[in-house]
Amino acid sequence: MKHQRITPFHQSLTFSRRMMVFGGAQAAIGAALIARLGWLSVAENQHYALLAEDNRVKLILVPPRRGWLVDRHGVPMAINRSDFSVNLIPQQMENPEQTLRELAQLLSLTADDMDRILSDLKQSRGFQPVEVAENIPYEQYAAVTVRLPELPGVQPMRGFSRFYPDGPAVAHLVGYVGTPTSADYDRDKDPLYLTPGFKIGKQGLEKTLEPYLRGTPGAQRIEVTARGKLVKELDPKPDGSGQTVQLTIDAGLQQYAARRMGDNSGAFVAMDVESGDILAFVSMPAFDPNSFSQGIGRTEWKMLSEDDHLPLLNKVAQGLYPSGSTIKPSMALAFLKQGIDPKRTVTCTGSYRYGNHIFHCDKAHGTLAMHDAIKHSCDIFFYDTGLRANPEETSDLVNYMGYGEKFDLPIPSQRYGTMPSPSWIEQKIHRQWQGYDTINMSIGQGYVLINPIQLAVMAARIGSGNLVQPRLLMGSPRKPIPPLAVDPQHLAFVRDAMTAVVNDGGTAAASKLPIDGVLMAGKTGTAQVHKLGADERGGRTAKQWNLRDHALFIGFAPADKPRYAIGCIIEHGGFGASAAAPIVRDTMTYLFDKDKAMAALAPLEQQWGGTLAERNARELEQFKAAARATTA
Amino acid sequence: MISSAIIPQPLAKLPWRLIFLVLAIACIGLLTLYSAAGASIHPWALKQAIVVLIFLSIALSMSWLKESTIKSAAFPLYVGVFMLLVAVEMLGFVSKGAQRWLELGPIKLQPSEFMKPAIVLVLARFYDLLPPSAIKSWRAIWPAALLLGVPAALIMIQPDMGTALMLILIGASVMFIAGIPWGIFAGGGAALAVAAPLAFAVMHDYQRKRVLIFLNPESDPLGAGYHVTQSKIAIGSGGIFGKGYLNGSQSHLDYLPEGHTDFVFATMVEEWGLIGGVVLIVAFALVIHWGMKVSMNARTRFSQIAAAGLTATIFFYVSINLMMVMGLAPVVGVPLPLVSYGGSAVMTMMLSLGLLMSLERQQRTQSRVLV
Repeated sequence: MKHQRITPFHQSLTFSRRMMVFGGAQAAIGAALIARLGWLSVAENQHYALLAEDNRVKLILVPPRRGWLVDRHGVPMAINRSDFSVNLIPQQMENPEQTLRELAQLLSLTADDMDRILSDLKQSRGFQPVEVAENIPYEQYAAVTVRLPELPGVQPMRGFSRFYPDGPAVAHLVGYVGTPTSADYDRDKDPLYLTPGFKIGKQGLEKTLEPYLRGTPGAQRIEVTARGKLVKELDPKPDGSGQTVQLTIDAGLQQYAARRMGDNSGAFVAMDVESGDILAFVSMPAFDPNSFSQGIGRTEWKMLSEDDHLPLLNKVAQGLYPSGSTIKPSMALAFLKQGIDPKRTVTCTGSYRYGNHIFHCDKAHGTLAMHDAIKHSCDIFFYDTGLRANPEETSDLVNYMGYGEKFDLPIPSQRYGTMPSPSWIEQKIHRQWQGYDTINMSIGQGYVLINPIQLAVMAARIGSGNLVQPRLLMGSPRKPIPPLAVDPQHLAFVRDAMTAVVNDGGTAAASKLPIDGVLMAGKTGTAQVHKLGADERGGRTAKQWNLRDHALFIGFAPADKPRYAIGCIIEHGGFGASAAAPIVRDTMTYLFDKDKAMAALAPLEQQWGGTLAERNARELEQFKAAARATTA
Repeated sequence: MISSAIIPQPLAKLPWRLIFLVLAIACIGLLTLYSAAGASIHPWALKQAIVVLIFLSIALSMSWLKESTIKSAAFPLYVGVFMLLVAVEMLGFVSKGAQRWLELGPIKLQPSEFMKPAIVLVLARFYDLLPPSAIKSWRAIWPAALLLGVPAALIMIQPDMGTALMLILIGASVMFIAGIPWGIFAGGGAALAVAAPLAFAVMHDYQRKRVLIFLNPESDPLGAGYHVTQSKIAIGSGGIFGKGYLNGSQSHLDYLPEGHTDFVFATMVEEWGLIGGVVLIVAFALVIHWGMKVSMNARTRFSQIAAAGLTATIFFYVSINLMMVMGLAPVVGVPLPLVSYGGSAVMTMMLSLGLLMSLERQQRTQSRVLV
C-alpha cells in the first residue's frame, strides 16, 4: 500500500473541505427546521388552531328550555316555570367539608342527599357543576345567595321546571318529565343527560314528542387551564328552545271532563267527528304530573300505587273493557247490511234459552223490532237476530267501526283489544265457533274487548258516516277521510234509534241535553265483569265495588248534524245509563254551553267535597298523616 | 468591531455584532419568560436576565484570554471536569439515585455542561499535537475516541441521554473537521445502526418510552407523548403571525408543559408565529455563521478546530432543541440556550462564545502564521 505523505498543506485543504461539508450540513438542518416550522404553522395551522381551541375552551351545557304543549286554542297544557336550584362547582370550592356542612344546614339536606352529592363530587370533572338541590323555595335560595362570599364554589341558579297547569286532568295524556336514568344515558350517550336540571319525557306525550320538545342545548363557554381551573367566561352559546307542539285537545273540556268524572275510575275520550281531532283524553283518577316532574315523594308514590282505582294506569290507551251494549248500533248496521229486515220482531220474555243455557235480559221488553231493541237495549233481540246472521260478516263490520283497531297516535303504548270472529276463534282458541259465541258477541261480551279510544271512534264513525281516524297533534298532516262503506240509509236508521235512546224514552232518557235545539244520540252499555249471583241479579249491583259492572256510554251531538262524539267508561259504575251517560251529557253540554255545564258541575262537586284539586290535596294530606301515624 | 475615535480602544475591539445578536436572542428569551410567567418578571425573567448578564460579562472577559493560555489549559481543564463527573457519579451512587449536579452552596454545578467546551478544547489540542501525517492512522482515532467515550459513558449512566448524545455529536464533529478518514464515519454510522437496538435494551424505561413515543407521538397523546403533542399544537396554532404577545393559550393555560424551559420555543412561536420563529432561528444561524467564520479565518490548527467545535456545540444545542420541540427528535431534555430558563445552557453557550471571541481577537491582533 502506498503511504501518502500528508503535509500541513493537505491538512489545510482537508480542513476547508470538511468545514464546507459541516457548514453545508448545518445549513441543511437549519433549512429543514424552518421548513418544519412553516409546515406546522402554515399548512397545519387550522388543524392545530382547532386543537388549541379545544384545549382552551370547555363547554358547560345549559339545558334547553323545553317546548310547550298547548291545546287547540293555544291554551298552555305543559309549560316551564322558573325555579331555584343550587349547584356546586367542585374546582372553585376551597373547603368542601365546611361548605357542604353549611349547605346542609341552609337547605336542610338529608343524609341521603349528602351521600349523593359526595359521590357526584368524586366523579365530577372539576369545572362541571354538581347538583346540590333543585326546586328549592325562594327563602332557601335567598339564604344561600346572601352567604355566597363565605361559600366559594356554590352556584345558586335560576332554572326552569316543567309545570302542568291542569295537573291530574292531563296526567295520562301529557305524561311527565324526569331526570334521565343511567340506562337512558347508556342508550343515548348524550352528555346533556349529565347536566343538572335536565329532564326528559318519561311518559305520555312528553315521552313520544321528546324529539320536538327537547330543543338544542346552549353552553356556557369557559376558558380553563390544563388543571381545570376556570380562567374566564366567554360568550355563551344560547340554547334553542324546544318546539311548541299544539294538540287537538280542548284544555277546557279536558279539565271539565276530569272534574265531572268525580271520584270514579274511568276513561273519557271526546272527538271532533269532522276531523277526528281528539278533544279530550281523560283517564281518572290520575296522579299529579307536577309531583313527578319534581321527583315524586315516597309517600305520594305509595299512595298512588296502592290505590285500587289505579291512578297510575292510563285507562284510555291501556284499559280494555267489554263493550257491552254499546256494540249494538254497530251490530244493527251489520244485520242491516246482511239484509235482515229492520221490521223483523222478536219477543223478549226476559230470558232466552239457547241449547241448555238460559241467557237473560234486564227485563221483559215484549215484542219489539230493531229500532226499539236499540232504544231499550234489548239483549234478546240481538241474541236472536245475531244467530240468524253470519258471525264472520257481523264481526267484520264491527271491526270496521273501530273495534280491535290500532290507531296512529303519539302515545307510548296502546292496547287495542279483540273482536272475536269464527276465524279468530279457530286461530287463537283452536275450536269451532259456537252459537253462544254469537250471543256473547252480539251484546259486546265474551271475547269482545275494546279500549276507550275505539269507543269514541265508533261513535264518531256512526255520527259522521265517515271513516274517521283519531288525531292528537294539530300539526300532523290531514288525510282525506273516506266515507264509511255502509249504506247511508242504514246509518240514518241507526242514528235515529240512538237519538231515541236519549230523547224518546230510551235507556238514557235521563241524559237529554239541556240545550234547546241540540239533541244527543247515544247508546248505553253495561259490561259484566262478574257472573251475578241470583241475589244480585235484580239490582244488577254486586256487593263489592270491584265486582260491579262497568258503565259505558257512547254519544254524538247534535243528533241531526253530528259535530262531537264521546266515548266514556266508568269502571264498576253499574248501569251504563246511570253512571256514564250523565257524564257524557254534561261534557257534551260543555261543548255547546259552558256556563250551563259549569252550573251542573257545581252542586256535584259540593256533594263530593270540593273540586278535583281540593279533593286530591286533602287525600294526599290524609295519606301522609296516616303514614306518619304508622311510622311514629 | 466598531472603529470610532470616541469609543475607547478595548470596547471598540469587542465583536459588537455578535454581542448584539446574543443580546437580541437573550431578549427574545426574556420576553418569552415574562409572558410564560403570566406577564411577570417573577419567577423567571429577572433571574434569567441576571444570569445572562453575569455570563455575558464572563464571556467578554474571557475574550482577552490568549490562545496559548487556552491551549495549555485544555488538558488540565478536561481532567478537572472529568474528576467532577466522577465525583457526581460517586455521589449518585452513595445517595442511591440519579445525580447530575454537585451542590456548592446556592450554585448547582453540572459538570456535564462543562464537559462540552472541555471536550472541544481537549480534542482540538490533541489534533493540534498530532503530526499531520498521522491523521489517517489509528493513532488519530483511538485516543480521541477514548477522550470522548469515557465521559460520554459517564454522562449516559447518570442518566442524561441528551447531554451524552450532544457530547458525542460535538466530539464526532471535531474529529470530522480534524480530518479523520470518511470511512470512520461510515463505520461509525454502521456501528450505530447495530448498537441502537443494544442501547435500546440498556435504556431506562422512561427513555425507552420516549424513543417509542418519538417514533409515534400520537400513540399516547395524554401520556408520555403529551409534551410533543402540546408543543406541536402551540407552534401550529400560532400560524404565521402568532396569537399576539401574552396571548398564547397553550402556555398560559398550562397545556404546554415545560413552556419556560425545554419547550420555550413553542411558547415563543405560539405568540409570535412563524415570523418570530424564523427570526430566532436566523439569529442563531448568524451566531453559528460567525463562529464558523472564526474557524475559517483561524491561523492555527488548534484555533481552527477549537472554533469549529465550539460552534458545533452551539449548533447542536439549538438544533436538537428545535427538532425536539417540533417533533423531529425524541424528547431528550436539551434546552434552547439563552432562551430557555436555566443557567447551565447559558453558561455553556457563554463559555463557548467567550472562547470563540478570544480566538477571534487573536486573529485580529496576531500576525498570520504561515501554514
